[in-house]
Amino acid sequence: MKKVIMGNHALSYGAMLSRSQVIAAYPITPQTQVVELLSEMCADGTLNAKFIKVESEHSAMAACIGASAAGARAFTATSSQGLALMHEMLHWASGGRLPVVLGNINRAMAPGWTIWTDQNDSLSQRDTGWIQFYCASNQEVVDTVIQAFKVSEALAIPSMVVLDAFALSHTYEVVDIPDQAKVDAYLPPFNPPYRVTPDDPRAFGGLTGPEHYMELRFKLQKDMEKVLEMIERTGREYEKQFGRYLGLVDDYLCDDAEIILVTSGTAGYTAHVAVDEMRDHGLKVGNLRIKVFRPFPFEIVRRLTQSAKKIAVVDRNISYGHHGIFAQELKSAIYGHGDCKPVFGFIAGLGGRDITPASFREVVDFTISHDRPEEEIIWIGVKK
Amino acid sequence: MTEESMDIDMSMPTNTVEEFLRMERMPHIWCPGCGIGTTVNCFAHALETSGLDLKKVSIVSGIGCTGRVAGYLKLDSFHTTHGRALPFATGLKLANPDLKVVVYSGDGDLTAIGGNHFIHAARRNVDMTVILINNFIYGMTGGQVAPTTPIGATASTTPYGNFEEPFNLPYLAESCGAVYVARWTAYHVRHATKAIKDALRKRGFSFVEILAPCPTLYSRRNRLGDGLDQMKFYRDNSEVKNDADTKTVGLSFQGKVIVGKFVDKDKPTYLDSMNAFYAQKFGDKYSPYKG
Repeated sequence: MKKVIMGNHALSYGAMLSRSQVIAAYPITPQTQVVELLSEMCADGTLNAKFIKVESEHSAMAACIGASAAGARAFTATSSQGLALMHEMLHWASGGRLPVVLGNINRAMAPGWTIWTDQNDSLSQRDTGWIQFYCASNQEVVDTVIQAFKVSEALAIPSMVVLDAFALSHTYEVVDIPDQAKVDAYLPPFNPPYRVTPDDPRAFGGLTGPEHYMELRFKLQKDMEKVLEMIERTGREYEKQFGRYLGLVDDYLCDDAEIILVTSGTAGYTAHVAVDEMRDHGLKVGNLRIKVFRPFPFEIVRRLTQSAKKIAVVDRNISYGHHGIFAQELKSAIYGHGDCKPVFGFIAGLGGRDITPASFREVVDFTISHDRPEEEIIWIGVKK
Repeated sequence: MTEESMDIDMSMPTNTVEEFLRMERMPHIWCPGCGIGTTVNCFAHALETSGLDLKKVSIVSGIGCTGRVAGYLKLDSFHTTHGRALPFATGLKLANPDLKVVVYSGDGDLTAIGGNHFIHAARRNVDMTVILINNFIYGMTGGQVAPTTPIGATASTTPYGNFEEPFNLPYLAESCGAVYVARWTAYHVRHATKAIKDALRKRGFSFVEILAPCPTLYSRRNRLGDGLDQMKFYRDNSEVKNDADTKTVGLSFQGKVIVGKFVDKDKPTYLDSMNAFYAQKFGDKYSPYKG
């Protein structure tokens, strides 16, 4: 069934079709519609789940952790400051190996107060042990939520499904809503090996001394290393059912490209448009949109950028005192593998400033006209 | 136009509270019929007559529609994170005890995400004034259910009505240790102004709850008419009961609203207690903390 829905409702539909059982959330712009629709679905019986509007995002994630530990499929959604407030609990979910799925609407951090998009909220949670998916269309959002539950539950690692504030969260697009029966077949009920239940009493969250702690982290990393393969495999299963493949990256004309743009989120779609235009002018440019940020798809990125002469990463985020976060990842991915080609790190679109096809033309012009980036960060569209 | 008429002073009538506002930030974001602006007017008048040195008044807000107040008042203002206005304010007061610290924020901000800080600031009797504007929902984000939403009222996350017990805020404040507790509505501008003035002059944790219409999200969704209708409701359904037992002043959906000054007592503030305690413990060796 096709429907015209907003990005936020795409998250709601994903959570509904996945038959989430507990939804705990706190309102924050621009996430509110996600849970408003879910609260309605829970109230009118469309979704057989318990909905609670708790008193903070910290409590929302804590409630999801409790629900997940009891064996229920748990979902929440937040944004920016809300995600930052959840930080402690994010470590708890991953450390506790609880496959909660969280929708995060990328919104820049305060101060100064803002509600517009950039990725510093979710990328600041890079090291919390969560899988991170970055979406660029509402269709991708629905499909990703369902697959996120599949992958998370298979490996007992929580997932974050990320979309840009307004550019996607409030943009209406045609979405093919997957058939519930098919989703049920693809995603069977959550059935964890351990859960908090009086039938089989166990202690969870206990004190862990130096003799055990490191192994817990080692196991989390080992399972994290299985995520990429799991996304590809379950993605192919999903493709068989629904005709769409999620994958780790979206590569567009990378094969013969001399310059490869590396992008993420909705800016990645804008880059497609820019690449088409530049190809019309004879420029051999490609676009590599990263869909999965954690774990980072090193191998596929290496392979797809192999024949390019230069890589131009456009980051809608910044690691202060270093540079763009995707640029760091790219450098780390290609270091020691083949030719050491220059990686140009551009920063654009912080706090919701538009990234347009012209921004990408500027990026490509700079990359063509310089042998090396010369500076760690090349700023696009900043008023100096 | 004749020359005579040109002599008429065409300038706008003077708004007496203008000097308390950052006029360059006008127009404000509040909807027509919203009660928050009315309360700001009350606050400005209270300040005007309070005798306080405005250079020593600082205003702290959290997030939400009421959270915008700090940005519009021409005082040292601090627009902080969601729920944390009270700890920011506590730090401010500790660092500079000479300041009159006012926290001006909404029901969701102060009693949901900031609920923990509310009970502890009251418990410690930190010397500050808290003005809480209660519009029964989260206005800024679109009208979600709040810890103040009356049972039966509809919110964007309770499409068939709320079933959660709401807070009785004066009772909460008193039980936690507030030395001054009052409730008024945006209709009761003179009472509210007087209450804010009393609260500003009080030493210790003073708390003024002001009910305010939210025509866009609360009234509309609950079919209660516009801002004026809600003001008429307050006029017709409020009962002034000074010194009422706060246990009895809980609110129900469109039920009677008990307003008045409920608590006014004296108790050592946090800094008073600290200084007295250490002075007793260490005698002459202790020099009282003055910031």
